[in-house]
Amino acid sequence: MSAEKELRVRPIRDGTVIDRILAGQAMNVLKILGVKGAYSDVVTMAMNVPSKELGQKDIVKIENRELEEKELDKISLISPGATINIIRDFEVADKYQVELPEMVEGMVKCINPNCISNTKEPVISKFEVKKDPVQLRCIYCENIIMENIAEHLL
Amino acid sequence: MRFERRHIISMKDFTRDEMDYILDRATKLEPLARGGRSDLLAGKILALLFYEPSTRTRMSFETAMLRLGGGVLNLGSKEATSIVKGETLADMIRVVSTYSDAIVQRHPSEGSALMAAEFSSVPIINGGDGAGHHPTQTLLDLYTIRKESHLDNLDIAIVGDLKYGRTVHSLTYALSLYGANITLVSPPQLKMPDQIKADLKARGARVRETENLEEILDNIDVLYMTRIQKERFPDPTEYKKMAGAYKITIEHLENVRDSMIIMHPLPRVYEIDSSVDTSSHARYFEQSFYGVPIRMALLTIVMGVEV
Repeated sequence: MSAEKELRVRPIRDGTVIDRILAGQAMNVLKILGVKGAYSDVVTMAMNVPSKELGQKDIVKIENRELEEKELDKISLISPGATINIIRDFEVADKYQVELPEMVEGMVKCINPNCISNTKEPVISKFEVKKDPVQLRCIYCENIIMENIAEHLL
Repeated sequence: MRFERRHIISMKDFTRDEMDYILDRATKLEPLARGGRSDLLAGKILALLFYEPSTRTRMSFETAMLRLGGGVLNLGSKEATSIVKGETLADMIRVVSTYSDAIVQRHPSEGSALMAAEFSSVPIINGGDGAGHHPTQTLLDLYTIRKESHLDNLDIAIVGDLKYGRTVHSLTYALSLYGANITLVSPPQLKMPDQIKADLKARGARVRETENLEEILDNIDVLYMTRIQKERFPDPTEYKKMAGAYKITIEHLENVRDSMIIMHPLPRVYEIDSSVDTSSHARYFEQSFYGVPIRMALLTIVMGVEV
């Protein structure tokens, strides 16, 4: 099969390709990027794409947009192996893997309803991040979030 | 050792050397706690912010402060304060820390003491944050064990609600730093969470579990009883049955070691029969008293006063 026939989506001129997303997490990546029904630029999403290394992966391409650090941190929490390709004028201008931060602030809601970070107090949620697998430990109440992290993103 | 102006939030903030330092300081101050009078903290003010009921913690802090010549400010009932107007804890702390040299706080939300420390200009001492930490209880427990038994090569059984009990989690953490042999005794539904057990073992404690209280009584130095809350059992008959199985009476003590001591953070409900109170093993009222020298030690330490 030729490369042209294999290609399912057209290349983008300017924007970001988020590759090697953990299979099943593409929708959550779109949520992080705030892509909803009325989004104006071209967004392409591929799910369960065969991958030699990962078995399956998801891919998101978003035109005319480069991601902010907070968005990259959030993506790293739900898919720590994702890679970011910055595209400028059809060329890959930069490529890197997302990096798990040691601490995230104001990004995740604590699962403990009795945690001080879930009250009217002027306090921003803070979590220590552990790797392999990703675990978030609330610095206030010490509860740990290990599963369905995407559901707890603010 | 540098403690001045440090917050006391969780036992996990302490090294073993620091714990020993506090216990040594409490030993020095114990004669004053027994009725002496000192001016060590003259002119200092301790604010007591208790958003939840407390008897021993609040009163022993007050006693400690008064015995050292200092004064106390009491929040009083919530109804008489700006809390009913919806004032946040953060604002309360900002204000009260300008009135006082240290604040003792009890609040129903986990993490509230750590948050308070972020807003306070004076040391915060955590007197209990929901199901979180209660470090001064643990320090007085350690003091009791060291004074009435021994901390090295300790065989201790901890009985009751090991799943939710904050006292127990802090205490076992501290004991793990002393390499204690810990036997956990609880009904199956109130067992200590696996994560905490794994942490204890990783730090050098030897931990075993049983549901049978009677089988372990004769080979321990300390029996640490805790209250099992009725609310944990949806079925009242189940609670009654279980409460009976984890109750100590004088008959249980026939073959225990002579030096074995019984502790309880109080209040007790059914766990220790009053027949045990007069036995040579009971130490729970002494334990309650030791809250005073421990809190004296902490107050002098965080207020930067040499003893």
